[in-house]
Amino acid sequence: MPAMSAPVAFSSPSAAFFAGAKTAVTSVFMLVLAGTYIGIGALTHDFGLSSWWLAVSTVLVWAAPAQVILITTVTTGAALFEIALAVTLSAVRLFPMVVALMPVLRGPTTRLRDLLLPTHFTAVSMWVESLRLLPSIAHQWRIPFCNGMSAGYMATAAVFGFVGFYLAAGLPPLLAGGLLFLTPMSFLMSTARNARMMLDKLGLVLGLLIGPLLTILDVNLDLMWTGLIGGTLAYLVHRIREATT
Amino acid sequence: MNPLLMELWPYFLMVLVGYLPNEVWRVFGLVLARGLNEDSQVVVWSRAVATAILAGVIAKLILFSTGALAAIPLSVRVIAAVLGFLVFLGARRSVFAGVLAGEIALLAGGFLFSH
Repeated sequence: MPAMSAPVAFSSPSAAFFAGAKTAVTSVFMLVLAGTYIGIGALTHDFGLSSWWLAVSTVLVWAAPAQVILITTVTTGAALFEIALAVTLSAVRLFPMVVALMPVLRGPTTRLRDLLLPTHFTAVSMWVESLRLLPSIAHQWRIPFCNGMSAGYMATAAVFGFVGFYLAAGLPPLLAGGLLFLTPMSFLMSTARNARMMLDKLGLVLGLLIGPLLTILDVNLDLMWTGLIGGTLAYLVHRIREATT
Repeated sequence: MNPLLMELWPYFLMVLVGYLPNEVWRVFGLVLARGLNEDSQVVVWSRAVATAILAGVIAKLILFSTGALAAIPLSVRVIAAVLGFLVFLGARRSVFAGVLAGEIALLAGGFLFSH
């Protein structure tokens, strides 16, 4: 869509909502989300949690990394403090996303409560597509469009969570193993794709190395330390490079 | 424990150590959206920490697998992940192509070498 064309308008908020939902269902993120949540569904089955528990967590938590941490720790007797800490550290990235998205959504007459739903919906897929699509839409329709798109993504994720759960229950072990492999693979590559700066690439590589190392060394709170050590090292290298160029 | 309580316990844990510690950052973002920009140093650092944590989770899922994935040998899992990543890079960063290649390699290797 050319940047100079007139902003897209809709006849009603519900028309904008459904246009958003349609965008979600036909987007390339559909495939990524479907694959990720089939994997998470299989993981949920593997760790002995219920398919409805997963569906509720998809609606409430709505962040695949946090859900994976939760699923893989909550039944293994890990300290609740450690789970909450790992989840909250994995969720820090949501903060800059919301900060960057709000100015795009907010119009002259927007009330704070209109922004509550888009705030909860903020996640990688919705965020990337919102920043790409919303600027071409007239301000007053952006929030319903964004809500419709996000609801489309969330419904997709919830449905494929069930699909993965019941596939894992019924498939032969090799194929069930293949489903469990979907989560790390889709995470690895979508993170690598989002890593444009050296900072992000270094954070990814350091986390891949330090995470298993700390697990082998049997360090307590290994995920927290992986993030703090790997992230801070990546940040320092980034600062030094910036200072010398 | 009371059976109803037993059934609701995982949901209670989800809200306590999943929903709340996750949602707090979205709410902070909404409240503080006017004060900070995307380039501020705290935001840059926290993004690096978040990426490293996610990478740690990825590596653990591949190396210290559980359940059905653990039945496929470690070497097959690692080679499949590396192959998938190379295809991802070669296919102009297509997540779909990379995941598909990794899965095919895993299933082929698993079929040949699992016990």
